[in-house]
Amino acid sequence: MVGSQHQAQPEASMIDQDAPIIRIEALHKWYGECHVLRGIDLDVGRGERIVICGPSGSGKSTLIRCLNRLEEHQQGRIVVDGTELTNNIRHIDAVRREIGMVFQHFNLFPHLTVLENCVLAPIRVRRQPLAEAQATARTLLERVRIADFADRYPSQLSGGQQQRVAIARALAMKPKVMLFDEPTSALDPEMVNEVLEVMIGLARDGMTMLVVTHEMGFAKSVADRVLFMDQGEIIERAAPTDFFTHPQSERTKLFLSQILNHTIGP
Amino acid sequence: MTERPVALPPSRPRGPDAGALGWLRANLFNSWGNTLLTVLILWGLAVILPPLVRWGFLDSVMSGDAAACRAADGACWAFIHEKLLFILFGTYPHDQLWRPGLVVLVFIVLLTVSCDRRLWRHWLAPLWLVGLGGMGVLMAGGVLGLPAVEDSLWGGLPLTLGLATVGLVVAFPISILLALGRRSTLPLVRGLSVAWIELIRGVPLISLLFMASVMLPLFLPTGVTIDKLLRAQVAFILFASAYLAEVIRGGLQAIPKGQGEAADALGLGYWQKMVAIILPQALSLVIPPLVNTFIGLFKDTSLVLVIGLFDLLRTAKSSLSDPFWHGFYREAYVFIGIIYFSFCFFFARYSRWLEANIKHSQKPL
Ligand SMILES: Nc1ncnc2c1ncn2[C@@H]1O[C@H](COP(=O)(O)OP(=O)(O)OP(=O)(O)O)[C@@H](O)[C@H]1O
Ligand SMILES: [Mg+2]
Repeated sequence: MVGSQHQAQPEASMIDQDAPIIRIEALHKWYGECHVLRGIDLDVGRGERIVICGPSGSGKSTLIRCLNRLEEHQQGRIVVDGTELTNNIRHIDAVRREIGMVFQHFNLFPHLTVLENCVLAPIRVRRQPLAEAQATARTLLERVRIADFADRYPSQLSGGQQQRVAIARALAMKPKVMLFDEPTSALDPEMVNEVLEVMIGLARDGMTMLVVTHEMGFAKSVADRVLFMDQGEIIERAAPTDFFTHPQSERTKLFLSQILNHTIGP
Repeated sequence: MTERPVALPPSRPRGPDAGALGWLRANLFNSWGNTLLTVLILWGLAVILPPLVRWGFLDSVMSGDAAACRAADGACWAFIHEKLLFILFGTYPHDQLWRPGLVVLVFIVLLTVSCDRRLWRHWLAPLWLVGLGGMGVLMAGGVLGLPAVEDSLWGGLPLTLGLATVGLVVAFPISILLALGRRSTLPLVRGLSVAWIELIRGVPLISLLFMASVMLPLFLPTGVTIDKLLRAQVAFILFASAYLAEVIRGGLQAIPKGQGEAADALGLGYWQKMVAIILPQALSLVIPPLVNTFIGLFKDTSLVLVIGLFDLLRTAKSSLSDPFWHGFYREAYVFIGIIYFSFCFFFARYSRWLEANIKHSQKPL
């Protein structure tokens, strides 16, 4: 599973092929006095799967929320598929159309049915005709194995089902990159796997993914690279095999011992 | 605890043989405190009701002249009978009374029809705009062979309903903009919204009405005048917009941040996000306080009498100045009280039904 499968994407131009789809340079972010991201440099290749882990408060969420401008950065550059994120609303909208996001708490729209959740943005943002958007949505719901619930409201679904709908909703916009912010940490244990399976399937299909998670099994099976963040910096970046067997920094070792003990423990 | 079935305690009766006695015991006399309360309330009713029934029904005069009324001890409904058209329609020309009558009828039909949520999506706004426009033409005349009637002659129920409805219909979208503005990240927009809301909320409606009638002309070029009714309407819209805005802001604040973030992440623009995601949820959360504010504002229209408009309250008051029918205050005020109450009660019941309906279908506005 591990290894580079950066297949050429037919619709992308030749020049774009090798350029990273996301380029982050010397990124800094402050919340008031609090310096949350301290000089992040990261290139994400097309089709690359990156898992980000690290202790609570290390800035993982902040980093991926900067990528679609849910948070504003103060220094450095973020370029997504050739578009730099600035205060220019047109750039922000362009980037958001290409990046899908899945949240820890799903954030489905409770007043819309599952199907309506999935067709809203394609119709309003991509200007797709209703029938086409519905057909796409149904295919995606099929893919996350929730097609039978298309006409239900989110409150009538379990957590795992809701998160799968949230993934389908993001995919309906046909994004080039998917961001996941701890997609399974609000779920009951027995529902974690059904969501992870969908994400693994997505990874196999070649989607570019940035996943904040502590699910180390997921990291081992699909990640191309694992990043370890602490106090606003990327301390370590390595292929999963190296990351788990030969962590370089003390902080990574400490973190891994805590995580793995926790995972293996009763 | 034994296994054999235990007889139900008498305080929780079930089945057909529970009877009235059981119900009484369970609901009115189930503790010493409640028994005392029940007795007190019954005593209160016994004191109040009989004289009220005697005055309103048994001893009342349904028809006849003022002399017959003065001879009787009870209410003089003959007075209402005599003054009905004046109280309902004010000084509108007598031979044209079918017009305000039709307006009230159309209004009630519109109100009833609007209760159907299936119409809301596309038809409601155009329906009301056409309806209100039509009613305005009907009242004013001057076209289609209808004799023109100056709006200083309008009065009574059509005036009250018109002021309230036009006021709320216009103020509602303004109040949504104000509520959104108050939460805007743009300092100028936020500042203006806060200033508007706080300035208007800090002033009683009555002084807004006075200001509208004396200050508005100051801002107009000389020679241009706006009539009294329009000025009152403007003041009422300003007042209503500030109050409704605060209610709506409460709803906006109750929507979790994740909703907006999910909409942003999907690429929805600001207005798309508000119209499709945030406002439907926020508005259905605040239906009870919204209806409460509607009801309050509806009754507040009665204040326009201070600047000389003939709303329902003023026509009732004026009907008392007839020297032949002097002194029947109680009847006049009870009568318009019943009219106000009917509309407000309808609103209140409808809002409760709407809330339950939305909760049931889980699909807000
Ligand atoms: N809106 C905010 N205002 C102020 N400080 C914030 C805000 N959001 C996050 N922070 C701070 O920024 C730092 C990084 O937060 P972030 O949510 O990115 O951490 P995280 O790595 O995702 O942690 P967790 O694993 O708990 O989700 C934390 O110290 C947090 O207190
Ligand atoms: Mg986080």
